[in-house]
Amino acid sequence: MVREIENAAGIPVVQIATIVPIMLTVGANRIIPGVAIPHPVGDPSRGREGDRAVRRDILERALRAIQTPIEEQTIFTA
Amino acid sequence: MSKRVVCYINQFFAGIGGEEQAHIPPSSRSETVGPAMQIQNILGNEAEIVGTVICGDSYYGEHLESARSACTELIAAFKPDLLIAGPAFNAGRYGVACGDICGAVSETLGIPALTGMYPENPGVELYRSKTYIVPTADSARGMKDALSAISLLAMKILKGTELGAAADEGYISRGIRKNFFHETNGARRAVDMLLKKINGESFVTEYEMPVFKRITPAKPVKDLKRATIALVSSGGIVPRGNPDHIRVSSAESYGVYDISKLDDLTPEIFESIHGGYDRVWANEDPDTVLPLDVMRDMEKEGVFGKLYDYVFTTTGTGTAVANAERFGQEIGERLKNDGVDAVILTST
Repeated sequence: MVREIENAAGIPVVQIATIVPIMLTVGANRIIPGVAIPHPVGDPSRGREGDRAVRRDILERALRAIQTPIEEQTIFTA
Repeated sequence: MSKRVVCYINQFFAGIGGEEQAHIPPSSRSETVGPAMQIQNILGNEAEIVGTVICGDSYYGEHLESARSACTELIAAFKPDLLIAGPAFNAGRYGVACGDICGAVSETLGIPALTGMYPENPGVELYRSKTYIVPTADSARGMKDALSAISLLAMKILKGTELGAAADEGYISRGIRKNFFHETNGARRAVDMLLKKINGESFVTEYEMPVFKRITPAKPVKDLKRATIALVSSGGIVPRGNPDHIRVSSAESYGVYDISKLDDLTPEIFESIHGGYDRVWANEDPDTVLPLDVMRDMEKEGVFGKLYDYVFTTTGTGTAVANAERFGQEIGERLKNDGVDAVILTST
């Protein structure tokens, strides 16, 4: 799905998920490792504010990823 | 009584001519022509080749539907028990014609059909689910081996022998899985494979992973402050009650939901219906999977231009690759038309 959206729309698609090898396999180009499979963009164990802070951090990274020129599949870890 | 076999070949193997004769329309002869003679030798008394149907490769390729129905009619007239097409080796048009006529004959006449091709012939990917395709060399230099492999499989099929795994029987996997009881259980077999892998020995997987395509990365967003960003998720977050009845696994559809008036996905209005992970956290706060709340914060702060008014969601567990690709193509097309500049896609 991620690859076909990027292909059809011609716009960068960043995928956030926990199992990086799967994202590499399905052909995602901009990849961000998520927190956990059931909550990729949050960490409920850190309480309401902590959860939002984690989400903010990952989404800011996602915004950096879509502004970054890349030549091949790239994992944005920080 | 011996079984009746019809062969399908192109203009070249019929001895009519090469490329300059590739336009010839379908015809039939009640005799063995070209490779059919050798096949008859191998089949011996088990089966008789009662006719050969011939069609030019370009003709078949350019008139797919009419060539298919004309050839099927010519083949049906011989009242065969089995069709053998080709072998096509690595000839693309011939491979497509062989695969297509085999698929059509199996389906409309209800008789088995088989052909032979080089594994990289485009006809393989197109038709392997519809017919038996014996792997061959890439050129007619491999004719002898190809014909004996095809004939052996043909005899097995004609005798009604139950076929085992594709690799054991000598044809290219059709993607059909059969259930049976194995003498050792799955855990034992998996550990055996793992040990072989660790020891660098060869082993055969019981479940081949699909091969995925790659695309060149899209150009980055130039001006984030003016960019429209869309949220997409395969994490199964939908409005409470799942109004579009998206399946909890093996999804065949996706939902499009208006979030233009929402700042937060709360459990009162959204839920997870995904069948492949523990939904406790997603149901307490759907934003942990589909992060609307923080995206809205950043939009208001002017970090980026605008959050697209709709989210697209499905469940990405057991979903057929072909369906996932179709969802992506449709979503991508819509985002392009609506001038969206980038997508954040979350998966569980």
